[in-house]
Amino acid sequence: MIEAILSYGFMQNAFLAALLGAVAAGIVGTLISVNRLSSLTGSVAHASFGGLGLAYMLGFSPLIGALTFSLAAALGIGAISSRYRERSDTAIAAFWAIGMALGLVFIKLSEGYAVDLMSYLFGSIMAVPGTDLMLMAVLDVIVVLFVVGLFKELLAISYDPEFATIQGLRVRLLYLTFLCLVALTVVMLIRVVGLIMVIAMLAIPPAIARMFMHDMRRIMWVSMGLSALLSMIGLSVAWYLELPGGASIILVAGVVYFAALGTQSAILRRQRA
Amino acid sequence: MSSSNHGQPAIEVSDASYSYAPGHPVLMDIDLEVEQGDFLAIIGPNGGGKSTLLKLILGLIRPDKGRIRVFGDRPEDAREDVGYVPQLTTFNPDFPLSALDVVLMGRLGLVGSFRRYSSEDLSLAREYMDLLGISDLESEKIGHLSGGQRQRVFIARALATEPRLLLLDEPAASVDPTNQESFYSLLSKLNRTVTVVMATHDVGAVSSYVKTIACLNVRLASHGEGLDHKALQEAYGCPIELIAHGVPHRILGLKKNLEDGDD
Repeated sequence: MIEAILSYGFMQNAFLAALLGAVAAGIVGTLISVNRLSSLTGSVAHASFGGLGLAYMLGFSPLIGALTFSLAAALGIGAISSRYRERSDTAIAAFWAIGMALGLVFIKLSEGYAVDLMSYLFGSIMAVPGTDLMLMAVLDVIVVLFVVGLFKELLAISYDPEFATIQGLRVRLLYLTFLCLVALTVVMLIRVVGLIMVIAMLAIPPAIARMFMHDMRRIMWVSMGLSALLSMIGLSVAWYLELPGGASIILVAGVVYFAALGTQSAILRRQRA
Repeated sequence: MSSSNHGQPAIEVSDASYSYAPGHPVLMDIDLEVEQGDFLAIIGPNGGGKSTLLKLILGLIRPDKGRIRVFGDRPEDAREDVGYVPQLTTFNPDFPLSALDVVLMGRLGLVGSFRRYSSEDLSLAREYMDLLGISDLESEKIGHLSGGQRQRVFIARALATEPRLLLLDEPAASVDPTNQESFYSLLSKLNRTVTVVMATHDVGAVSSYVKTIACLNVRLASHGEGLDHKALQEAYGCPIELIAHGVPHRILGLKKNLEDGDD
């Protein structure tokens, strides 16, 4: 049955995009999860809409637009929250909404109807061009090199930034660099599931993995595997039922998440009995 | 650079003040000198500035005025000589880390970036876990340990940095009462080789182990002959029993503030 699906070039690309996305999603998603940054991630994703609108209005690459705005939001929130921790919540909400508002204004100022912007909101995994696959692969390499090279540092600044400072780490620089990585990953996954649903793609696989294990490396591996598996199942479902790809992936992930939650609480109940 | 300063006091704080918001000082005019080999308990009420004083000594924050030296260096430059055991209450209990992962963090500054922990780091971490009697917990999730066990993990982490000065913030807060005795005797064992400074609001148990006591409530008080114990207790939360019953102590700086009666 997979063979039938893969006989179409655009489905081959869709599966490849899902696999490439899973690598960054599993690794960065795990770090987002342990740092409790899913709302920051949501904000960075939605802020990219401003960049998409600007790119549409001025006629340059939407990818560049999205990336610029996402990076700006990530660094902006990071700078505000590392100085005034209690303000990070407001900063997250502000960047989230301002990004969306700018996007809408830019689109209104442009001529014509921005039909292809819908694909950025909800994903367009069934129509990923080969050049985007190359770009995703490059981003994966960056993510892997960064996280493998600085694994113990990332662990330390996530768990105990104060101790990391005393150990001589440049905590703020590391943290802001990590947030840039979040922005890169978000923009990369917008292709797969769209900017509205990116947050689930990053949050759900590590959340499932963390229910059953507490080793960071293992959680990253399992998240990557889960992300790839859930995306493939979602894509297959979308193909057979003629549903949108991104939404199907998220729904499959959601079903598995709640099933895992149920399993976990059943296990806990049995242990207690 | 710092290891050559053998005769130096471990900590010198002179005339230091700090406030988180203008007009609300947490620490005022602190003078404190801690000799190498000392075991000092900083006691005082919550909000009295104990944690803030430790953070100043660690160089995590800078004083508004005054001077701080650790083994003769600026705090930022002396960090490799200082082991820090923070309060446990601030940590995310669901964080996916084993006890051994946490202890290994003590080797971070010595290993450097883009390198893994060596087998030497690993055996050193295990050695300190053994010393603290927590070897069998090494692969347990840190958040699953009891308060006392976690406290020992954090002490092992601080020791893994191979410090000459150990700073502990409320170390007994999460140790259950039946184990406090052995906990303090552990600290006094460590004190044979390391200078120990401990902030605590729990004054009952410390008396038989520490060498020096300082009472801190925004200002630092010391207890010596001729001072009114009762006034001291009121102003600084310093318990009279402790002072009256011959706790080994020496007089710390700051008599000036009390004599001036400016508090």
